[in-house]
Amino acid sequence: MANALAPQKRMTIGEGGLALALTALALLTIVIAAKAYTPEYAFHAYLFTAASIAAVFAIANRYFSRPAEKPPLFTADGRPNYNMGPVKFATVAAMLWGIAGFLVGVIIALQLAFPALNLDLPWTSFGRLRPLHTSAVIFAFGGNVLIATSFYVVQRTCRARLAGDLAPWFVILGYNFFIVIAGTGYLLGITQGKEYAEPEWYSDLWLTVVWVVYLLVFLATIWRRTEPHIYVANWFYLAFIVTIAVLHLGNNPAIPVSIFSSKSYIAWSGVQDAMVQWWYGHNAVGFFLTAGFLAIMYYFIPKRADRPVYSYRLSIIHFWALIFLYIWAGPHHLHYTALPDWAQTLGMTFSIMLWMPSWGGMINGIMTLSGAWDKLRTDPVLRMMVVSVAFYGMSTFEGPMMSVKVVNSLSHYTDWTIGHVHSGALGWVAYISFGAIYCLVPWLWNRRLYSLKLVNWHFWVSTIGIVLYITSMWVAGILQGLMWRAYTALGFLEYSFVETVEAMHPFYVIRALGGILFLCGALIMAFNLWMTVNSQAVAGEAEIRLQPAE
Amino acid sequence: MSLWQKHAIFEKNSIVLLLGILVMIAVGGLVEIVPLFYLKNTIEKVDGVRPYTPLELAGRDIYVREGCYLCHSQMIRPLRDEVERYGHYSLAAESMYDHPFQWGSKRNGPDLARIGGKYSDDWHRDHLRDPRSVVPGSIMPGYGFLENTDLDYAHIQQNMKVQAMLGVPYTDDMISRAREDVVTQDTADSPDAVDLAKRYPKVNARSFSGKGGRVTEADALIAYLQKLGTEVDFKMYDDKANIR
Repeated sequence: MANALAPQKRMTIGEGGLALALTALALLTIVIAAKAYTPEYAFHAYLFTAASIAAVFAIANRYFSRPAEKPPLFTADGRPNYNMGPVKFATVAAMLWGIAGFLVGVIIALQLAFPALNLDLPWTSFGRLRPLHTSAVIFAFGGNVLIATSFYVVQRTCRARLAGDLAPWFVILGYNFFIVIAGTGYLLGITQGKEYAEPEWYSDLWLTVVWVVYLLVFLATIWRRTEPHIYVANWFYLAFIVTIAVLHLGNNPAIPVSIFSSKSYIAWSGVQDAMVQWWYGHNAVGFFLTAGFLAIMYYFIPKRADRPVYSYRLSIIHFWALIFLYIWAGPHHLHYTALPDWAQTLGMTFSIMLWMPSWGGMINGIMTLSGAWDKLRTDPVLRMMVVSVAFYGMSTFEGPMMSVKVVNSLSHYTDWTIGHVHSGALGWVAYISFGAIYCLVPWLWNRRLYSLKLVNWHFWVSTIGIVLYITSMWVAGILQGLMWRAYTALGFLEYSFVETVEAMHPFYVIRALGGILFLCGALIMAFNLWMTVNSQAVAGEAEIRLQPAE
Repeated sequence: MSLWQKHAIFEKNSIVLLLGILVMIAVGGLVEIVPLFYLKNTIEKVDGVRPYTPLELAGRDIYVREGCYLCHSQMIRPLRDEVERYGHYSLAAESMYDHPFQWGSKRNGPDLARIGGKYSDDWHRDHLRDPRSVVPGSIMPGYGFLENTDLDYAHIQQNMKVQAMLGVPYTDDMISRAREDVVTQDTADSPDAVDLAKRYPKVNARSFSGKGGRVTEADALIAYLQKLGTEVDFKMYDDKANIR
């Protein structure tokens, strides 16, 4: 009836512009594919072409099926008209990438125990699978969790619809396309050889575009807020997004050999490259794996426990102290190397100081349960998140200790580092993510969680896995470090290098077992979530959906 | 008005918050990184460090491609046991032409900073093909495919040009002769080896496969490994002159 008055449907600048840009990209990449120096690079160029064409088709398809007007910012009853589609996609992607990443982790753990599993093929050797594991868990699993939760939290805490029409989808799909390019690249031997920054120049450029759009969507949503204050979780998300952008740009300047070649050489060299790399590398930990996940802690723990954040003042202090101190800590990865001593000493000093703001965050997270401790007995999801904060406290004590030069002289180059990383990665990052996903899926799909009992199983199976993992790596690392420096009574080195490798075998087997248990826990979780989504929608609690205007 | 309330300016204005974050994260990075580019004592003054030959550079690209740095460090620390096990501690100067650096962070296998000249080419070939045939306890993957793959050096001159742009002292002469130099270095008793050694002092020129013929990826990788850590003559090196 209102058709006569309805505005005429027009393609927005965003739709038209993006479709044009992607068409141009498809044309460019097809030329590159034709002239590529290597078949591996041609394969990637074709992937770009295929993805661009698919995206243009999706944009056109969406245009023809969508109503003439943009979705309103508020529903008829005055509530924000939240945009949860991209959040759902990223949540599912996080779960899938997580399982893939844990699985590759188990495979490479077994390869170290049983080297025949390398199969002696190029694309199954440890050297190519290891970056696949680290990138899959950090950037694919962690990244999707961060994007999903940040898009959820920023909408909820600002009481505003996510900014942008196509932009949030561009961020999510573009980011996951980056993961595909990076991951397949590792298997095909495309890497720039910098730890945790292995993707080559063209993947880096693509990620830069995606990341800038991510920052803009996040900021523009904050600008729409109906609350005067920006909630503390969003400070952490903002620090994470901005700093990762700075780190990515600082660490990756490279000159490609040719636009037709995947190979590039990084602008920095030697000692400067080492310093820039670990400035990046440690702050990937500090801002990707810490600040971002602290943001998750600051939203999901208070929400789940139904208690306010313990201390507002503590959150202010530890936020600014954390981001100021973290950035200095990189040189502790380079103790006793050819990096000048003054830089090493600075790195160590700030790493020790970093203990304080880290524990400030831990205290703020755990003490949020004041008055709600009983919920730990009844709610395994909350328990998982609280244990994650405890693991955060543990690994942020271990880290400063390992950054002390004397300790580092023993621990560096050994599996102690690997154990330390995993107490943070499995205990803190993965557990807070699991907790958040267990909250998010029922909220997003309007379901009740299928089984709390299975969450309990997940919790205990993977906790045993983590304990096996980190204890075996402590023993392995300290043992190997001591064997390297052991002398006989006559003053000769007591062990050849390979004897110290052979001594690692039992611990590598135990570690792989721990990893398998952790993977099993994630599979239990995936099953639980699958059953949740496929259950009946909850009546009454369902969110009020947008009603079409009559 | 208490100081806590003044914090509201950050909480109510996203751009102020953003700028605050940028200022906080800028300080540490600037203080630690920028001086490394202008403090003269960052890189020691030593004789002998030269750019990689085209064959060594191609070998290094394979080292990077296969992710060798994930299990092998190239950085000997000045600790008693490391110096006795691997040799003189590593100098910053020894990796000054390395784009990217390959110091590594984990030793699933031994440090390789001074692997050059410690084992024969034969040993390296056997070891790459089947590590456990020469080191029974090794957990290294086999890289037999390297000796079955011809080295692709069609574009090696472009690689060197990019490195030159980034400050590696490759001359036009070195770049223009790059493709011949690949073959010369991998040939036994090549008449051009003397000329090659003028461009690249102390270069190892011989057939790295031991049987001549085509240049394989294994040849390039072994040429790279055999060069590692051999440039600086530590009998002549003055430790005290380079206190940092």
